[in-house]
Amino acid sequence: MFIVIFIGVALVFPLIPLALAWLWRQIFQPPKPGPQKNAIYECGVESLGEAQIQFRSQYYLYAIIFLIFDVEAIFLVPFAVAFTGLPVGAFISILVFLLLLIEGLIWAWSKGCLQWES
Amino acid sequence: MSEGIDEGLRRELQRQGVWVSSVQELYNWGRKNSIWPLQFGLACCAIEMIATAASRYDIARFGGEVFRPSPRQADLMIVAGTVTKKMAPQIVRLYNQMADPKYVIAMGACAISGGPFKQGYNVLKGIDRYIPVDVYIPGCPPRPEALLHAFMELQRKIDEQKLSGSDKAAHLDPEQPSEFPVPSFGKHDLEPPANSDVFRPMTIERG
Repeated sequence: MFIVIFIGVALVFPLIPLALAWLWRQIFQPPKPGPQKNAIYECGVESLGEAQIQFRSQYYLYAIIFLIFDVEAIFLVPFAVAFTGLPVGAFISILVFLLLLIEGLIWAWSKGCLQWES
Repeated sequence: MSEGIDEGLRRELQRQGVWVSSVQELYNWGRKNSIWPLQFGLACCAIEMIATAASRYDIARFGGEVFRPSPRQADLMIVAGTVTKKMAPQIVRLYNQMADPKYVIAMGACAISGGPFKQGYNVLKGIDRYIPVDVYIPGCPPRPEALLHAFMELQRKIDEQKLSGSDKAAHLDPEQPSEFPVPSFGKHDLEPPANSDVFRPMTIERG
């Protein structure tokens, strides 16, 4: 029962101001739409071109290099410190991780990413 | 809607604890105490505008502290600073994108006339050439107190706006425009150099 009352109040409470605003517009305030007022972009500058532009996919190579030389090092240092006390399972899993990244390194190398002099 | 009650009778009723109001008074009272300015500054006057909004001068006392970054939510445009000819179309476009009712305060010598840069080739000689200005503040830059004074003048202006009748407020009149033509960059100047529907310069009579 209370839930029904709460739902009723929750519906009526926001609807009253909305209805009043609608009534106010009907009686007093004429709407004045226009091409600029209805424009999507609202910073005073006219929008140019399409919104659906392509993002350059070449940046994935930078992501690979970053993972290899930065993120991998963060994992390798604690691995090297705790190397002697590690069980076999942990050793294999870090090896899989390394192999995956080495594969990325070979890919980036073959793409010419490590070439400084052109 | 509003002239129904005699001022003396109203005061007498107020003394007895009865408050009489009208739709127009309630409407204007609500509007004038919640003027949201557009967060938008052009030059050094904007620093004074920021000072007005900050704690020392505290425009919140007048209900104007809610600076909106979107023209859709703003009621008041404070043109604070030098309007270059490059910037003028953007300002007119922002004004057009504001929802009615909307007001403009031209703050400082540059915004009202071009100020010290009036002779410059790239400076608009007053924003009132393109959009209707409600309150002008002279000064270079005007002190925050001057902006507060302009704000109070605008509140007084809003308070006097009529809800109905032939002299009702412009935003309630379906005939009055809400958008104004945006000037474009011409070969030497903005095209047109002024909107003649809005800009009515005073003529100097010598005699």
